[in-house]
Amino acid sequence: MEFPAGLKYTKEHEWLKIDGNTAYIGITDFAQSELGELVYIEVETVGETLEKEAVFGTVEAVKTTSELFMPVSGKILEFNPELNEAEGDNPAIINEDPYDKGWIVKIELTNLEELNDLMDAEAYTKLVS
Amino acid sequence: MSVTTLKETALTPKHIALGAKMASFAGYNMPISYKGIKDEHACVRTNVGVFDVSHMGEFIVKGKNAAALIQQVTSNNVNKLNIGDAQYSCLPNHDGGIVDDLLVYRLAEDNCAEGEQAFMLVVNASNIEKDWNWIKQHNEAYDATMINISDQTGLLAIQGPNTTAVLQSLTDVDLAGLKYYTFTKGTFAGIENVLISATGYTGSGGFELYVDNTKLAQLWDAIFEAGKSADIQPIGLGARDTLRLEMGYCLYGNDINDTTSPIEAGLGWITKTKKGDFNSCEIFKAQRAEGITKKLVAFKLDGRRVPRHGYTIEDTNGNVIGKVTSGTQSPSLDIPIGLGYVNKLFSSENTVLMIVFGKKKLAAKVVKLPFYKV
Repeated sequence: MEFPAGLKYTKEHEWLKIDGNTAYIGITDFAQSELGELVYIEVETVGETLEKEAVFGTVEAVKTTSELFMPVSGKILEFNPELNEAEGDNPAIINEDPYDKGWIVKIELTNLEELNDLMDAEAYTKLVS
Repeated sequence: MSVTTLKETALTPKHIALGAKMASFAGYNMPISYKGIKDEHACVRTNVGVFDVSHMGEFIVKGKNAAALIQQVTSNNVNKLNIGDAQYSCLPNHDGGIVDDLLVYRLAEDNCAEGEQAFMLVVNASNIEKDWNWIKQHNEAYDATMINISDQTGLLAIQGPNTTAVLQSLTDVDLAGLKYYTFTKGTFAGIENVLISATGYTGSGGFELYVDNTKLAQLWDAIFEAGKSADIQPIGLGARDTLRLEMGYCLYGNDINDTTSPIEAGLGWITKTKKGDFNSCEIFKAQRAEGITKKLVAFKLDGRRVPRHGYTIEDTNGNVIGKVTSGTQSPSLDIPIGLGYVNKLFSSENTVLMIVFGKKKLAAKVVKLPFYKV
């Protein structure tokens, strides 16, 4: 199982790839493996500004449902079109490539200080091993 | 601090070596999936797959009053069974609920004295102790011999349309000639005394093989060797659940429990209220005569969200009318499906139900079972 250095991680098994004042958010290799095959990703919060820990979407796997929480506060700029039901409709891409093609949303960060609360790859690896 | 050690089947090391995702189920460390639920599901629907379900419980009940005891504690009519027949049934409690659902096998009488009969009851792993105590308590009046053989009995389910073709090379028993819900004992893969049962929990046909635990690994290996060219695959409990749900088979703990009646659950066909007295017989008779207030229904979702156990069901006016008991994304149909109890007024085909997903409600439509016709 892979946890790329350079990403930030949460105990809810999400990752952030930070780029200036924006970030991509997805779920970790551990999370996709625990959930199993994903069948639907719902994000209806594009355009909304959400507080840290607010629910921004839902992932449906064959066996289970899991909510997606904001790792930090921010505005939802984009929902990955490859996952979106109206476009790519390919949630399985998260199982195949959780850190690159499988990103879920892009956000604008509204409180950069919150980034300090996130884990690095080393700390996250310890959490899941 | 107490440490709970998970029980293992004789095959647990094999599942781990195969890379299965393992999880605790009814106190056992069981394989949930190997390659993935969708692949495994498709393998059973179109080809052949093998489940290790050795966690299931088995009781032998024999003696002069064995049939009378089973008649008292189960809802189906055990007197209809000939030697070599299996029967789906349930153990009602005294309040019209269900202690467990089970299979009843009428065994040959070769180990019995004159006038005695022998049965095997196969129960859910999570209920072994509860069922044992329940039947034992009723046995005081019957004095049948009860033996719990759960720990020494292994069980493989080999399911799918190509099962007979793969397994026939391993036995002289004519598998194609074994009718649904019948069984025989025979030599299988060189192992004597294997109980070969034409039953299953998938709807795709196949057999269940009961074998002494010490021979379970040998049986598993022989089946995989015989099925190699057919690309036989191991199947986990994840696909077992999606396969049974597509057929609308009840899962104890989800769709039926101590508070649901078999009449409400659509199990009226195993509730033989005319057979003579049995636990809760009068309650079921009254439910038949006066009607029931809630009913287990099957429904399909229009949206993409997947219904889960415990979600609320409302009518189109926002009134709460029931609860989801099972739900999944159907791998065969690629749509969300579910079962749930609703007020009987909302149980007829094509009725629109609203399933509550947190803040959101999605329409579902009541459908007939099975969801998927094999």
